[in-house]
Amino acid sequence: MLTAIYAILFYLATICLIGGLGIRIYQFANTPAPLKIPTTPAPKTRLGVGFRMFREVVFFQTLFNSNKWIWLFGVMFHLGLLLVVLRHLRYFTEPVWFWVELIQPFGIYAGFAMLAGLAGLLLRRIILAAIRYISAPSDYLMLILLMLIGASGFAMKYAVHTDIVAVKKFFLGLILFDWQPLPADMPLLVHLTLVALLMIIFPFSKLLHAPGIFFSPSLNQVDNAREKRHIVAWAADLEK
Amino acid sequence: MSEEIRSSTRTNDADHASDMDSFVDPLEMADLAPGCMSEMHSFEAAPEHQQKLGFPGELVDDWHDKAVAKMGDLVSKYKSLRVFLDSCVKCGACADKCHYGMGTGDPKNMPVARQDLFRSVYRRYYTTAGKYFPALVGARDLTTEVLDEWYSYFHQCSQCRRCSVYCPYGIDTAEISMAAREILDTIGRGQKYCNEIIGKVHELGNNLGLPEKAMRATLEDFEEDLEDETGLEIKLPLDVKGADILLVTPSADFFAEPHIDGLLGYAKVFHEAGASWTLSTTASEAANFGMFIGSYENMRKVSLRVRKAAEELGVKRIIFGECGHAWRVAYSFLNTLAGPFDFLDSNYPVPQHICEYTWDLVERGIIKFDKSKNDEYRLTFHDSCNVARGSGMGDKPGDQFEIPRNILKATCNNYFDMQENTIRKETVCCGGGGGLLTDDLLDLRKKGASPRMKALSNAREEHGVTHMAAICAICKSQFAKVMPGYDFEIDSILSVHQMVSNAIIMTGATNPDEDEEDDG
Ligand code: SF4
Ligand code: SF4
Ligand code: SF4
Repeated sequence: MLTAIYAILFYLATICLIGGLGIRIYQFANTPAPLKIPTTPAPKTRLGVGFRMFREVVFFQTLFNSNKWIWLFGVMFHLGLLLVVLRHLRYFTEPVWFWVELIQPFGIYAGFAMLAGLAGLLLRRIILAAIRYISAPSDYLMLILLMLIGASGFAMKYAVHTDIVAVKKFFLGLILFDWQPLPADMPLLVHLTLVALLMIIFPFSKLLHAPGIFFSPSLNQVDNAREKRHIVAWAADLEK
Repeated sequence: MSEEIRSSTRTNDADHASDMDSFVDPLEMADLAPGCMSEMHSFEAAPEHQQKLGFPGELVDDWHDKAVAKMGDLVSKYKSLRVFLDSCVKCGACADKCHYGMGTGDPKNMPVARQDLFRSVYRRYYTTAGKYFPALVGARDLTTEVLDEWYSYFHQCSQCRRCSVYCPYGIDTAEISMAAREILDTIGRGQKYCNEIIGKVHELGNNLGLPEKAMRATLEDFEEDLEDETGLEIKLPLDVKGADILLVTPSADFFAEPHIDGLLGYAKVFHEAGASWTLSTTASEAANFGMFIGSYENMRKVSLRVRKAAEELGVKRIIFGECGHAWRVAYSFLNTLAGPFDFLDSNYPVPQHICEYTWDLVERGIIKFDKSKNDEYRLTFHDSCNVARGSGMGDKPGDQFEIPRNILKATCNNYFDMQENTIRKETVCCGGGGGLLTDDLLDLRKKGASPRMKALSNAREEHGVTHMAAICAICKSQFAKVMPGYDFEIDSILSVHQMVSNAIIMTGATNPDEDEEDDG
């Protein structure tokens, strides 16, 4: 019963995440950008734009320039999350890839970094009047949700040991459509429920900044308006 | 007068410190005072101003549905809007980066909060989360109160793009202001200042409503002045068919100080270079307020005038005079709006900025300067936002900062930059851009100018700076208004080409030094 519920939950969450993101990315990609609006100074070539995006996505360069604290907490969270997610790949692969084995020990520290980063962001949101002013309930809840995911993960590691081998069997079974029983441990169930919830709300929330950044015209446009005429279909129609 | 301006500028610790002759942080945020600017409401357009642009004269009956539909339409037409509305994480990195936020302390003048005025409505009508859980995600219905708030705060944004420089996703509040203004226009609540002016451009070719006759007479006066000064027949040609260069410059250059001195500077440069050039009556205005109201159609119509003039006069190149937002439209949009320009000489960029033109002549040794002519000035440069963050110059990113500075350094001995995080791409707006240069917004303009003015005052403390040059007509007018409040003379704001005009060595000029003072 439990296994079935969670199996279905994860199928649904996956569909929601992939389908929802797919739709949003399709919309982002297909909405025309009628005017050249790169925030200048901007690169004059595609390659240059590639570097600009790389620096933004990997180093959060702009954020570093504008606010060191947000940058610090943001990097702790995102980098931490990245390592943690990669670390979790071992539950979905058999045999476990070599480099996933390699990062296992770092994954734990990454988990702490992630939690600390989130706590920092939450504190900012609560303490600073300006940030409090711009925050909706969902902004707090999102941080709390992520923190609870992290905390329940740690609970499995340090408090109530979970049968990891069985969990892995469950997920491999999901992938192969050959369901295997899921251990009924509280922290595990909490952890999984919250992760599924996160997957479901991802395409409906501000987490869309993840795909969004790649489509931001002020970042991704080449500064070559004088050299090359830029015109989209609806604007060209006005010329008829 | 200066006392009055000072006292009406929001006083905070920073102001206090400046009285004690020490340095202040120009970028300090005033204490948060929710709602303190909610009464700031620039005059709304009269029906005739609206109708000239094809907008309804007054608030239409079905404004709610029309506004919501227009919003959906814009979101589907502008990638910037869609991505920006969906991607903000409310990190607050932009919160303290707007000069109006810094100057007023009204939290709705924080870029993210300004966006949220719009985003909250977008979420309500166009997102799943906002449709079903409005309170959770801060979504709200479009009501007349919301409309009022839009009108007020989207006319407290100079569309300067400073926020976008600091946002990790490049979210540009200017795009959202433009969209909001366009929606307001389409339901009949346009702004008087912008719409009246756009109407004049459509009708008469320039923002000031200057007819051809007056323009011709003015230009002849200038020619006389130049002859008195230099003994040379320096022309300011109008509507000359077959000229090589069409100069499109803001109409303020024809009648307002310090703009005129800039125009005289261009004329001297053209003369010295032996260039064949002309102004045009139908394109006697570089400004394009279509951008401020976010209307592609109006912006296009205004731009097409320039193309038409170029075609009719048969010129080979188009050069734009000193104007910030005009240069953004020219550099970034003109090719899109009114291109392709394959009938022009492809050896030159279309269009070119007057600073690019002048600097090229300097580099090639064609024009020379006597720097000592500008020794009375201790100069700094205000990077105009639209040039800094919305356009470029030359062939390298960032040349828009270097070329004007190079010109200034070539024309005077005493040049100093202001504090680093208030110049170049981080420049703080003059406070009067984006369609806000109207007296009904004067209080806002003064407050919005305070970061720049504090940075300038610091430069006075540190380097003895006396004057500031700019390449934007709006900036110049705005500074002339706010400078006295900071104990600068009203003429402390200069055109870059005024410095050029002062220092340029004109071949064959006779006693250039005498007789100048009386009509100075
Ligand atoms: S910096 Fe960008 S993402 Fe952060 S609050 Fe401002 S607009 Fe939103
Ligand atoms: S565009 Fe400029 S004026 Fe408008 S919100 Fe951003 S920083 Fe403020
Ligand atoms: S008026 Fe000048 S400083 Fe102000 S927004 Fe325009 S270009 Fe920027």
